[in-house]
Amino acid sequence: MDNPCERLAAGSVGNPCETLVPEVTNKPCETLVPELAKTPCETPSMKMPDKSCGVPNPNATSDRRNFLKKTLCAFASLFVPNLVAASEALKNAPVWILAGGYKPYEHYWGMGIDINKCIGCGRCVDACKTENNVPREPYYFRTWVERYRVRADGDVTVDSPNGAINSFDNPPPDTDVIRSFFVPKLCNHCDNPPCVQVCPVGATYQSPDGVVLVDSDYCIGCRYCIQACPYGARFLDPVTRTAQKCTFCYHRITKGLQPACVEVCPTQARVFGEVKKKASPLQRFLRMNKIGILKPSLNTEPKVYYANLDVEVN
Amino acid sequence: MDFVEYLKRVRATWAKIPEQGKRLVVAVVVIVAVFIPVRGLLIPTDFGEHGHYRASALVEAAALDVKYAGHQICNDCHDDVVETKAAGYHRTVNCEVCHGPSLLHTDDPDTYLPVAPRQRGYCPLCHGYLSSRPTGFPQIVVDSHNPLKACISCHDPHDPVPPETPAECEACHATIARAKAVSHHVYVECTYCHEVSEEHKIAPRQHLPTKPVSREFCGQCHADDADAPADVARIDMGTHGEGYVCWQCHYPHLPEAR
Amino acid sequence: MHLWTNEAERLASLLKEVQGYIYPNEVELHWSILVVVYPYITGLVAGAFILASLVKVFNVREVQATYRLSLLTALAFLLIAPLPLLAHLGHPERSFEIFLTPNTQSAMAMFGFVYAWYLMAVLLLEIWFGYRRDLIYWAREEKGPKKWMHRVLALFSSDVSDRSRKFDTKAVQIVTVIGIPSAFLLHGYVGFIFGSVKANPWWSSVLMPIVFLFSAIVSGIALVLLIYMVVTPMRNKQIDMACLDKLAAFLFYAMIVDFSLETLDFIHRIYESEESIKILAELVRGRLLVSLVVVQLLMGMIAPLTMIASVKLFRTPAELRRLMYFVAALLVQVGIFSTRWNVVIGGQLFSKSLRGLTTYKMSIVGIEGLLVSIVLLLLPFIILFVLTKIMPPWDEARHEFAKPASEGKA
Repeated sequence: MDNPCERLAAGSVGNPCETLVPEVTNKPCETLVPELAKTPCETPSMKMPDKSCGVPNPNATSDRRNFLKKTLCAFASLFVPNLVAASEALKNAPVWILAGGYKPYEHYWGMGIDINKCIGCGRCVDACKTENNVPREPYYFRTWVERYRVRADGDVTVDSPNGAINSFDNPPPDTDVIRSFFVPKLCNHCDNPPCVQVCPVGATYQSPDGVVLVDSDYCIGCRYCIQACPYGARFLDPVTRTAQKCTFCYHRITKGLQPACVEVCPTQARVFGEVKKKASPLQRFLRMNKIGILKPSLNTEPKVYYANLDVEVN
Repeated sequence: MDFVEYLKRVRATWAKIPEQGKRLVVAVVVIVAVFIPVRGLLIPTDFGEHGHYRASALVEAAALDVKYAGHQICNDCHDDVVETKAAGYHRTVNCEVCHGPSLLHTDDPDTYLPVAPRQRGYCPLCHGYLSSRPTGFPQIVVDSHNPLKACISCHDPHDPVPPETPAECEACHATIARAKAVSHHVYVECTYCHEVSEEHKIAPRQHLPTKPVSREFCGQCHADDADAPADVARIDMGTHGEGYVCWQCHYPHLPEAR
Repeated sequence: MHLWTNEAERLASLLKEVQGYIYPNEVELHWSILVVVYPYITGLVAGAFILASLVKVFNVREVQATYRLSLLTALAFLLIAPLPLLAHLGHPERSFEIFLTPNTQSAMAMFGFVYAWYLMAVLLLEIWFGYRRDLIYWAREEKGPKKWMHRVLALFSSDVSDRSRKFDTKAVQIVTVIGIPSAFLLHGYVGFIFGSVKANPWWSSVLMPIVFLFSAIVSGIALVLLIYMVVTPMRNKQIDMACLDKLAAFLFYAMIVDFSLETLDFIHRIYESEESIKILAELVRGRLLVSLVVVQLLMGMIAPLTMIASVKLFRTPAELRRLMYFVAALLVQVGIFSTRWNVVIGGQLFSKSLRGLTTYKMSIVGIEGLLVSIVLLLLPFIILFVLTKIMPPWDEARHEFAKPASEGKA
């Protein structure tokens, strides 16, 4: 059951599995900010620059233009220190080691869910709430399970009683149902996250290891991210009054553990692992199944992959 | 242009600005001059180190308390139970599914005891019959399956074989049996169409029963010239249907359904 | 946890009214009436300013009397505009973070700067340049706190020469020219905040910023019309019918454009019939029937259009015209507020699963309640009153040297 390479890959230095894996140069920041390396005014000091902002032009065509340039450059250089410092920090390959030796830049997490295996027991919903201190009343879900019942005439009934935390009740018998199944839902940790795009202050972000997280101490509670999430995965935490959602149990995966929902799934319907490394249970999942994602037309590039996904699921 | 000349230009331009313009420029400069240092002071120092966010936020997210210990650590002390479980039907059911979050127990086993659901209400969360659950997943109708008895009185949760190997197929395949019971196929034994070994009752997915593969199989009873009781429906095998196998149109457990 | 008994009851009552299936987290609406009030207010700002700009840039002499009044109205509403936003934040004390670490990809973050730009670089500048000479003259003739207030407002400027006046006039021209696209940007941006949310099919539309902008212009013109009609008799002056007729004409044209755009959006949706059409049709037929069909469409658009059109077509006495314009402008305000309601609240009433509808239970008290919204809508009028006392926009308050009698501009 347990993949030794997975455990090794989760945190330690120099594991053999990495030699199997093509170079994972997970340095997203460099691709994001090449422009920052070419700031117009590279001298971060507040003094007037000696060389005029890297635009050495002794034979200036226009004195006025030069004058304006200098003034604007001086003005802009007041703002640039932050950008320059950041770009310089990023240019040197990001080294980030958390407590316990976990290196965010060396992992990229995703989840696989097999619809055929889910029995709708709701253990994942319960474990998530316990592990992450999510308020049980009146409601709020970082993950939940939906039940679909598709009838022959095209009618579809969907329900999720209290997120399925106590599983489901039997519906009235219906002989017209031709397909019926359970679909666990959670934050998809998209690679093109619309929620991160709209956050006005940078309180929600994608970590280097692909997990979309929320900074509760910085969030202003504007709820734009909740509106922007197409999957309904976010909610406003009533206690902190900030946005909250599934974190892939970041505090667990950085210690080599699995997210709580994966840990307690009795049928192994949920599979957690690395998207880019070959030695990962998620890789086999992606290889052996026809994969579906939710709302593909929105191009959010979710990293929760569904096997045997039905057309009625949205 | 050097610094002194630059200053001269500034002064010359300043002289040309009308009086009200000067006042405005001063006001704007004051506002900007206040804004920039204030901004510098208020931005968290580690903001932007790894992206447009506070780097320490990620560190804080990683440092939260863990509550579920994870199944690997149970083996350190309870290896006998783990070994038993690994050989049975509950091999994919991790310890904490039933025993709840147990990290505190791993740190201090005697003070913090994990829960152990002994009542009847817990097992049906997975095993109660729901029509949406996958076929073949072991389910019971809770109200009629040994009512009032605790599940664990017959089923060891770490190796939950039924106390007796089910004799009838319908013990596990109840929906199919109930459908078949109201059809003409009620007199057709399951084993007539499906070859099944005894091992199927012990390890169902490892030893699957067979299924018929050709039209001729159904033709054994339903062909015009078949050797079968007179009241069995007959069809001309050569022309009936599109050439597909019979069960593409006729649900074999309830062939009358339309 | 002590809140939960109440919360559980509240949730239970919300859940009862849910139709179909909604994602579990969608039971409660996040953007409440405060977020309806906000675009309504910024819409009034943009509309009032654009009306003022008509005077300067297109030299529309008839509405000259409303020029300074429009500017002050815009300022009064603009000052209040951030308040509903701050009130609805989970952490208003952290709101300054938008200026510290704005996410340049976020429409909301960039809006903070658009707002600041518009307020400082456009509106305040235009008002300042327009009033500067008068402020100096008033300060010269006054004593005590009022004198100092005017001196401070003039930034201690004291030059009243002809050259400075010419500079003021030129500056106002330039600022107005920059100001018109800035006003477009201000409220178009609010539309973009909604229109760029691809997760929400009711909001996500290329037309959203344009529709927002034109409904803003409509509401702004109607507001100035209303204020002019109310304030002028209060000051015992005669309402200038030419001015009123012109305002109503502009209102009419703006409404035609706005109505056409909304109709276009409607036709486009029905024609393309995308995945969301079923739930949106259910939304309009059910939850939004009154607020959209009755209030926004019939009361807020068709009725005022008919009223103003009939006034133009048939020769009507001034008394009747005033009444029609007044009622039409009031209806327009109600209609545009309803438009904002339908966009903001309507967009949250249906689930992103496209399978269900929830409900909005507006609280009366509480920071996101009805009372706070009403107060926020009334505050700008109080501020406007104060502004008209500090910097009177009336012609007779202007110093006789402020403008030579031959010119029509100030």
